[in-house]
Amino acid sequence: MRRWPVLLMLFALFALVALVAGDVFAGEAAPLATNEAVEKRLVAISEELRCLVCQNESLAASQADLANDLRREIRKMIGEGKTDREILDFMVARYGDFVRYRPPVKPTTWALWGGPFILLAGGLGALVFFLRRRNRMAPPPVLSEEQRRHAAALLDQSDT
Amino acid sequence: MKRFLLPLAAFAVLVGFLAIGLTRDPRDVPSPLVGKPAPAFTLPQLHDAGKSFSAADMKGRVWLLNVWASWCVSCREEHPVLVEFAKTGQVPIIGLDYKDKVADARQWLDKLGNPYTLTAVDADGRVGIDYGVYGVPETYVIDKQGIIRMKHTGPITPESLNKKILPLVAELSR
Amino acid sequence: MTPELGHFALILAFVTALMQGVLPLIGAQRRRTQWIALARPAAQTHFLLLAFSFACLAQSFLANDFSVAYVAQNSNTQLPAIYRFAAVWGGHEGSLLLWVLMLSGWGAAVSVTSRQLPEVMVARVLAVLGLVSIGMLAFILFTSNPFARLLPAAAEGRDLNPLLQDPGLVFHPPMLYMGYVGFSVAFAFAVAALISGRLDAAWARWSRPWTTAAWCFLTIGIAMGSWWAYYELGWGGWWFWDPVENASFMPWLAGTALIHSLAITEKRGAFKNWTVLLAIAAFSLSLLGTFLVRSGVLTSVHAFASDPSRGVFILILLGVVIGSSLTLFAWRAPRVSAGGAFALVSRETMLLINNVLLVVAAGSVLLGTLYPLIIDALGLGKLSVGPPYFNTVFVPVMVPLLLLIAVGPLARWKHADLRDMARRLRLSFVLALLAGIILPQLMGRWTPMTALGCLLAVWIASSTVFQIAERLKIGGGNAPASFWGMHLAHFGIAVFVIGVTLVGGYQEEKDVRMQTGDVVSVGGYQLRLLGISTAPGPNYRASVGEFELSKNGRVLKTLHPEKRQYFSSQMPMTEAAIDAGLTRDIYVSLGEPLDQQGAWSVRVYFKPFVDWIWAGCLLMAAGGFLAVIDRRYRLRVKAAASVPASVTA
Repeated sequence: MRRWPVLLMLFALFALVALVAGDVFAGEAAPLATNEAVEKRLVAISEELRCLVCQNESLAASQADLANDLRREIRKMIGEGKTDREILDFMVARYGDFVRYRPPVKPTTWALWGGPFILLAGGLGALVFFLRRRNRMAPPPVLSEEQRRHAAALLDQSDT
Repeated sequence: MKRFLLPLAAFAVLVGFLAIGLTRDPRDVPSPLVGKPAPAFTLPQLHDAGKSFSAADMKGRVWLLNVWASWCVSCREEHPVLVEFAKTGQVPIIGLDYKDKVADARQWLDKLGNPYTLTAVDADGRVGIDYGVYGVPETYVIDKQGIIRMKHTGPITPESLNKKILPLVAELSR
Repeated sequence: MTPELGHFALILAFVTALMQGVLPLIGAQRRRTQWIALARPAAQTHFLLLAFSFACLAQSFLANDFSVAYVAQNSNTQLPAIYRFAAVWGGHEGSLLLWVLMLSGWGAAVSVTSRQLPEVMVARVLAVLGLVSIGMLAFILFTSNPFARLLPAAAEGRDLNPLLQDPGLVFHPPMLYMGYVGFSVAFAFAVAALISGRLDAAWARWSRPWTTAAWCFLTIGIAMGSWWAYYELGWGGWWFWDPVENASFMPWLAGTALIHSLAITEKRGAFKNWTVLLAIAAFSLSLLGTFLVRSGVLTSVHAFASDPSRGVFILILLGVVIGSSLTLFAWRAPRVSAGGAFALVSRETMLLINNVLLVVAAGSVLLGTLYPLIIDALGLGKLSVGPPYFNTVFVPVMVPLLLLIAVGPLARWKHADLRDMARRLRLSFVLALLAGIILPQLMGRWTPMTALGCLLAVWIASSTVFQIAERLKIGGGNAPASFWGMHLAHFGIAVFVIGVTLVGGYQEEKDVRMQTGDVVSVGGYQLRLLGISTAPGPNYRASVGEFELSKNGRVLKTLHPEKRQYFSSQMPMTEAAIDAGLTRDIYVSLGEPLDQQGAWSVRVYFKPFVDWIWAGCLLMAAGGFLAVIDRRYRLRVKAAASVPASVTA
């Protein structure tokens, strides 16, 4: 009785696996890009940077003239063996923290980086506090095992 | 039951920030170069490609570096202001012709007047990057020690010239 | 003449909004039946007048009436008719008109479908909607009149921003507005309940279908916007954490929390205050979004024209609407009863954890979106908060929420049996674990993030399927529509998570220089450039690339990405060509011509499972709509009218 959903899920899983596998195990042709490793790093770095001339686009996405220049500059620095850190410093020295889509952790951004986690801790803390206080005020009714089963059967018919 | 007032209080704070936010221009980005030495460069001059210009040449003087280009629309707006101001001879204005064609730039100056003591040609925009140029026109005020003291982004208006730039120049020249 | 008629209808609509907003409210307080009875006809008239006004504006666009300033700014004789129509909401004034039209539409819908509700309640709800409408209409009439004349008339219009000349403009904004304006109904129900002091389970049952319906539209609207950005911006991203996107996402998160907390309040009469607060919050975030988009306090790719005086007006509107509703909340909430008791392990607790996580998520998005503004306002400099930040803080909050989706629906109300739940989840757990180990390896590379994503998706999907199976075993025929709706929506999330995970982990990107005859390989596919030619469009000239897509030597399809140059604005636009498929998209976009020999820069992407992202959203919305049609919302609840007032004591 309980087996068909399992089979269904397994089938779905296999279908997914088949879909995935069908597409990936094909012969790769040679890439046309000049230096793929450099381009990969360039994309990774420039996705973290904001294009200044555009409204709100990353350096990686922007087709603006300045963005092209800056990407060229970054490519050159990668070629010179600069680290990501050095490249980032280069950009920040010229355009300020504004250029970083990932704001640096410093006193003015503690609230930004800490905020979500403080909210989470505070929210869960408040939840526990309220639940416990609520339960003190109104203890849950104790049902006998038989009553519970009866209630569960009723709920099965109506709950969602 | 003060806790029910909390959402209202939080909202009031938010509105306060939004109100201040309305008075700010989100696109105005302050330059981290202010207070730092002006990046060194040596570039050919617009009117005499044989001669070059270095930022170091201006040591000991207060000067303005104005980044412009003939393709730049708002440069046209600020140009008459610069031409008028240059007549007073208060402070040398060095032009940085940014990512432009030499012929176009010369023609532009011939037509609209040349307020610049001289113009350096930054054909590939490399010096522009060092100065953090992102929206032409931009103007830098550089002091006698070669330190950038101010950056103005966007066209210079008579108002910004008289209220912001000139008082600073006067103070630095003392 | 048409624009004047439209303007006049707009003024009349303002007057009817005044009637709708003020008289029924006073009538409800003083028990004046005639004033109460005004609410429905006023709401319907209000809607008809705005629809007429909107039609007048549309007519001005279709007739190329460039003596109307707004038309002259946003249209052009060369613009195809469908975009001339959609251009009605392509700019500031018209999109506000659409906003308020939607608002009145929701009001009219409430007025015709609420026969089973007590008249006093309906009067208050419609009055609150009327009050909001008064504010928005004043904003339109005093600062942003779409019918303002331009004298002398322009000979030709400035044209619609080429970015907007896309089928996306026809569907995305109306859907989005339907959604986030729709939360006004939940808001109005909440405020009406606060005014009456009668916050009970019946109130929750009445506002539930409205909230869910608005949420569905918002889900579809956001998904369409995401898909539009995906194919239009030319670099294949599907979510950018742009302030304007966040502005629609925050109400979605709050609305999702609201849907779940309404369930507690309806079923168990508990946490009424919290639910009311969420209803206020969801609509407040919609209004805040409108403010952020329309005032220009934040820079966004959407680059809407902005005007500070308009910003001040919306800010005041925001302050009055939200401020007064929160004041009302602070005044009334302390007197609301606690509702039914429940144990620590119960459906109630699960839903509350869901609420905490969703609210924290919405709070984090709000914080990240406004942080640059706050820092600037405090004079601490400028900074940018972008995708790397949001991805970092968002994922840790979402993971427990996704884990909970499989668990929550298993828990019984009041008191759940942990052991029983664990037993029913055992198999899902095993399957999820297997998926986390195997699927990423099949995709070619195992990484912790993709493993986590696959695990979560299979965990949710399998648990959902098993729960449906259990239900069918005990007789699924009588399962209510909302049961199917919930599970369908949850399953949609699993589909969404698969899409996000696999495209994030395994997409491939190639940025190449191509000449005719060149081949680029991506994800096992080959794309050969057959040539690039120029072709005229209705109001642009396009360079059209012809690419032959093949796999293992078998030709599958020809793709035609375009680079368009619009005549009126001279703006180049990229139109990517996409071969969409169940398991992957192949995405080609033309960059720039590189030299005289006809070489172009070309971007090619292999995007595995990317369409699952939007399919998942559609499933969520479909689930929502299923829940809306549940029979119990349409039952004539006689009891509701006679529920003793003691619930509020």
